[in-house]
Parts: sequence; C-alpha cells; structure tokens
Amino acid sequence: MLILIKGGRVIDPGRLDGINDILIKDGKIAEISSEGSTAFGSELKVIEAAGKIVTPGLIDMHVHLREPGQEYKETIKTGCAAAARGGFTAICPMPNTNPVNDNRQVTEYIIDKAAREGRIHVYPVGAISKGLKGKALSEYGELKDAGVVALSDDGLPVMNSMLMRRAMEYAGGFGIPIISHCEDLDLAAGGAMNEGDVATCMGLPGIPNASESIIVMRDIAICELTGTSLHIAHVSTKESVHAIRYAKARGIPVTAETAPHYFTLTHDAVENYNTSAKMNPPLRTEADREAVRQGLADGTIDVIATDHAPHALYEKDVEFELAANGVAGLETSLPLSLQLVEDGLLSLTDLIDRMSKAPARILGIENSLKAGAPADITIIDLKKAYIINASNFLSLGKNTPFDGMHVKGAAAVTIVGGEIVWEAV
Amino acid sequence: MEFNRKDILDMESLSVDEINMILDTAVSMKEISERSIKKVPTLRGKTIILFFYEPSTRTRTSFDIAAKRLSADSISLTGSSSSIVKGETLIDTARNLEAMKPDIIILRHAFAGAPHMLAERLNSAVINAGDGMHAHPTQSLLDLFTVREKKGFIKGLRIAIIGDISHSRVARSNCIGFTKLGADVVLSGPPTMVPKGIESLGVSVAKNIEDAICGADVVMMLRIQKERQKSFFFSTEREYSKVFGLTREKLKNGKSDILIMHPGPVNRGLELASDVMDGDYSIILDQVTNGVAVRMAVLYLVAGGVAHADTD
Repeated sequence: MLILIKGGRVIDPGRLDGINDILIKDGKIAEISSEGSTAFGSELKVIEAAGKIVTPGLIDMHVHLREPGQEYKETIKTGCAAAARGGFTAICPMPNTNPVNDNRQVTEYIIDKAAREGRIHVYPVGAISKGLKGKALSEYGELKDAGVVALSDDGLPVMNSMLMRRAMEYAGGFGIPIISHCEDLDLAAGGAMNEGDVATCMGLPGIPNASESIIVMRDIAICELTGTSLHIAHVSTKESVHAIRYAKARGIPVTAETAPHYFTLTHDAVENYNTSAKMNPPLRTEADREAVRQGLADGTIDVIATDHAPHALYEKDVEFELAANGVAGLETSLPLSLQLVEDGLLSLTDLIDRMSKAPARILGIENSLKAGAPADITIIDLKKAYIINASNFLSLGKNTPFDGMHVKGAAAVTIVGGEIVWEAV
Repeated sequence: MEFNRKDILDMESLSVDEINMILDTAVSMKEISERSIKKVPTLRGKTIILFFYEPSTRTRTSFDIAAKRLSADSISLTGSSSSIVKGETLIDTARNLEAMKPDIIILRHAFAGAPHMLAERLNSAVINAGDGMHAHPTQSLLDLFTVREKKGFIKGLRIAIIGDISHSRVARSNCIGFTKLGADVVLSGPPTMVPKGIESLGVSVAKNIEDAICGADVVMMLRIQKERQKSFFFSTEREYSKVFGLTREKLKNGKSDILIMHPGPVNRGLELASDVMDGDYSIILDQVTNGVAVRMAVLYLVAGGVAHADTD
C-alpha cells in the first residue's frame, strides 16, 4: 500500500521543519517533498495533514505492560493499542512482570507476542539483577541478543552500590544503557506520599525528596566512575534536577526523564485521599514541579516518558496506604505535554525531541523522517480540544488523576512500519 | 439550629458552630450519666455498629456505653473477627454491613482516610473513632469539653501538646479543634517526632518542653509507643522520660492552675511521672468521664437530633 501524507508541517528536530508531503511505500519513507507529491493511483491512501504536525514516531521509553503475569491489569495487546492511540510508535516495557524479564525466554515471549498482537514496536527493558532482587547480575549478553534495549530494576532501586557499579561496568561492555529507579528504600520506608504539610495534615507517612536525590547523586558518581551511560527514570524533585544539570555540565554521560504528572500536578492532588494521584515517586511540591519544568526547558531532562502503570480499579479503591502506585499514562501524555508548548516553556520542536528523538538517541533506535527510513510517523492535531475520559481508554488501566480534565491536542494518525495503527475519527 | 452533618470525620470539616453545638449538647448528656438510671429512650430502634480494626479499650467502651445510654442497639466488630482476614476489602465489608441497615457506623482504622472512603460511599452515618495518624475527632471534642468545663472558656488559653506529634491523630485533631475555638496551641517533642509543615495547622513549635509549658494553661501529654525506638525516633526510655517526660520539676514553669491531660493509655513513669499523673492538676479521668457524654451528643446529633432537646 502507498500512503501519502499531504500538506502537513513536517518537523524532525534538527533536520526538518516545513510544509511537506511524505510518501510511504513498502513500510518505508519513499519520498519527502516540499513541491507536492505527484504520486497517484487506486492503491494510494491520502492522509490530509494540512494544519497538522507530522513528526517522527513518539517513543515512550518507560511503560508497564503487565504481561506476562498480570494480564488483568494490562496485556501487550491492550497496552500497544493504548500507545498507538496516544501517538506512540514504540514503547519500552519495564521488566517487573511475572516472571521477571531477566532472561532470554521472557524477552522473546514479549517480542513475539508484540509482533503478533501489538502493531507497534515493543523494545523490552531487561532486569539489572536476577528477579529484581539486587543480588546477582542478569545475563546482559543474552538479553541484548534477544532484543532488550536497556536494563533496569524499575519499581525497585539497586540498593547495593557495588552491584550497581558492576552492573554499569558490565552493561558498558555490551553497549546497553542502565535506567535507574532512584529511591533509597530506607529513607522512603513506609511512605505513602510526598513528605510535607499536605501529608502532615492528612496524617499520611511522607517520602522525603532526599530519598530520590540521594540515589540520583550516588548513581551519577557510579556513572562517572564507570563511564557507562546512565538514564535516570521519573525525576520528581528539584534536587534531582540540580544534580543532573551539574553532572551534565561536567560531561558525565547521564540522561533523564520525567513523566507528565510530575510537571502537571503537585501533592495537593492527593487531597481527600485521592488514590488516583498516588504513585512512586510521589507528586511533590510546586517548587519541585517548577524545577522539573525548567529542567525540561533547558534540556537537563531529555525525555518525557509516562511510567504507564495500569491497575485494576479495585486496586485503587482501598485505603490510601494500601492503594497501588501508578498512573495509566499512555493516552494522556501527548495533550499534557503539549500544554508545555502552550505555556511557552518549550518550543514545539523541543517537545517533539523530548518525546521522539531523545529516547531514540538514548536507546540507539533509528527514528528519523528521511527517505529510506522505516515509516514510523505520528500526525498530531494540535487544535483538537476535548475532555479526558478514562472510561474510554483503550488501556485496561483506567487509573488516572486527569479524568475530566480539559485538554488540547491528540494523535490524529499513528503509522508504524507503513501501517496505520491509529486514526482518530 | 439543626445539625445537618451526615458524618463526623475530622475536626477540619466541623464548623465552630457545630463544635459548640456538640459541646452544649454534651452538657445535658453528662447529666444522664449522673442519674441512678442511666438510660434515655432517645435512640431506641437505632442500630449502631462499632467497627474497630485497631485495638481499643477506652474509645470502644466509651462509644458502646454512649450508645446504650441512649437505648440504641450497638454491635461490636473487631478487625480479626471481620472479613478482612479472609481478604475482603474494607469497602466491600462496609457495603455488607450497610446491607443490614445500620444507622451509624463507628470506624477505628489503622489507615488515614478510611472513614472518609466509607462516608463517601455509604448512606449510613460514619463516625471516625481514629484513622491512622490522621484524626480522632471525638477525642478532640471531649478534650475541648473538659477544658471548657474546667476553665469556663477556651478562647485565649495556651495549650501545650507534648510528645510524639508525628504519629498522633489526637495531636492533629486537637491542633485544629483548639485553634478553631480561639486557643493558642504550642507543640513540643523530640525533633524526630515533630512532622514537617505542622505549623500549617495554625500552631507553633517550641524549642523544648520547658518553653512549651511556660505560661501554658493546659499541658496535654501524648503517649510514646515504645516500638518507635526501633525506628530511631528516640534513644532510650530513660532519656525520653528525662528530657521529654512531664515531671513536677518541669511543671514549675507552668501556671499555678495548670491542667494536665493525656488521651491514654499512659505509660506511667515514661511520658508522665507517676506523681504528676495522680496529682491535683491531672484531669485525665475527667476526660474519660466526659468522653461518654460527648459521644452521646455526637450519636444523638448525627442520628438526627436537635440541640438542647429534652433528653428525658
């Protein structure tokens, strides 16, 4: 099939920005032309993109697909459908499945299942330690060979500094980055939300900022020691932003991500024991939110990733301290992130970089709008205004603090390998 | 004035008028407990469930007696005898209880916000009998009642609350309750147990217990749980009682008519010296007596009564 994307503003950060037609043939980009394409024929599907933005496929490098093991929360199929609707052409599922993705068999299972049912690219993240237990290294060579693009014990930190050092050194040999979930489990012990006046008034045990930044700083030190690329997951505090900014200035190979909830909400969202605003790390103060936004603006934070964490609603319909952590983020990330452009914090080009090019760079994935490249493309409708309705999510996870929020911007069309995997009606 | 509140969840949600209405109603309720026949038919035919997920002697007994003196039928459930051990969620258990048509559910729970969750979803009235570290509104109401009874007023009094503020729902509720009625509340305790941002409740934090007591009209001591030692909140019981415990010596900084309170149970000799606990200033047992009256008032008003009604 031939697809012609006609008249859209094509933005490939650093390479291209202008009104262009894109012709897709055999799953690849055949031609990008500002003259207007001359392709025609009965096989040709024309997508009118005038007034819309055409970008390299968005990549969410931090999601939880729950399969294998917890298919009642999400499956590879439903997670991929949600991602496609959110404008993502590729996602990276974290290894905290059951069994844990710490070996070739689980990686291959995920990749096979995704190829059959997923319709978008799924690049698994393998476990740093066997069983996420922080005791022994997983087989990084095997994992890489099977298709993992990064290593992480996400959901849990690597508390043993020596193991972290060896993991970084060992991963460096295979050229795979380490993604660190930064949390000092002793400092965070028992906590259910951000430590501060809101937690104190609600009588909930708090999690101090330092429980995150102390491990951010430690891992930066280990990164400097080993020279292996380090990516900091879900940055939520101002101290973490400062530490990463300083490390980058010193030339240490560290990158970082944050999630839409950290630059949109603060711990005030937890009021009335709202479990949909419970996640780890927790929502922080306004000063932290502002620091995260500034970090995104100046490039200290490279990537926006969702930490998509789908749960069954009944797992949130319990006492706050017992409620599951996390937000189903795939279908709300794009409009929430576009708000940063609306607020004048980021240019549209920079935002597209944070959501597509930067994760591709960090993970070593090709993601460019150029002739001959795979046709992984997102077409964004900036003007579409609507109200977020969690009950309509394609994800099995309806857990979101953004239900009912008025937003603007959505994926109009998502194309993966030349196939249209999402088209808004 | 009518009392239109379905639930009693925390002191934050109660208005000053509602607090005063409860305290005024409790005055006539207290009189009932002083009769030889301590029972009125006011809540005859009402069903009250005492649902206690956490152990409690004082509060549960107090609510139970309050219900019985008003002729309500009260049923007591504890965490271990309920379905929680079978894996049922709190909200499912509560829906099952509601299906038996109780009028009031009194909940004590280890996690903050549990009563709020029930109140939002159930038609029955929900009374919070203590939720985690969050709130214990009837304790605060009985403390307000007791201070008002002894001093005649609350406004302008200096109330010192001393001890483990962090883990105390009594402290939080009293910070709000006493501040609402115009008292100045000052807190003191080991720095490990004074939570961040507590000043946002409109209270101040003294740098030590002596400063807190200085000029205080009321000193409220909080229970220290000995297990806190294992999580590094304090060093030893010996040092705790010496530095943070209330002794006769430390009371010399206080006013001559100072009142000593404690929500109980007391670690005799630890946070409170034995002679102070039994001394003239102590109104700890008055708190317990008044607890029944205040809970009778709360049950009566929540069940639809009007203030100053004829309770005969």
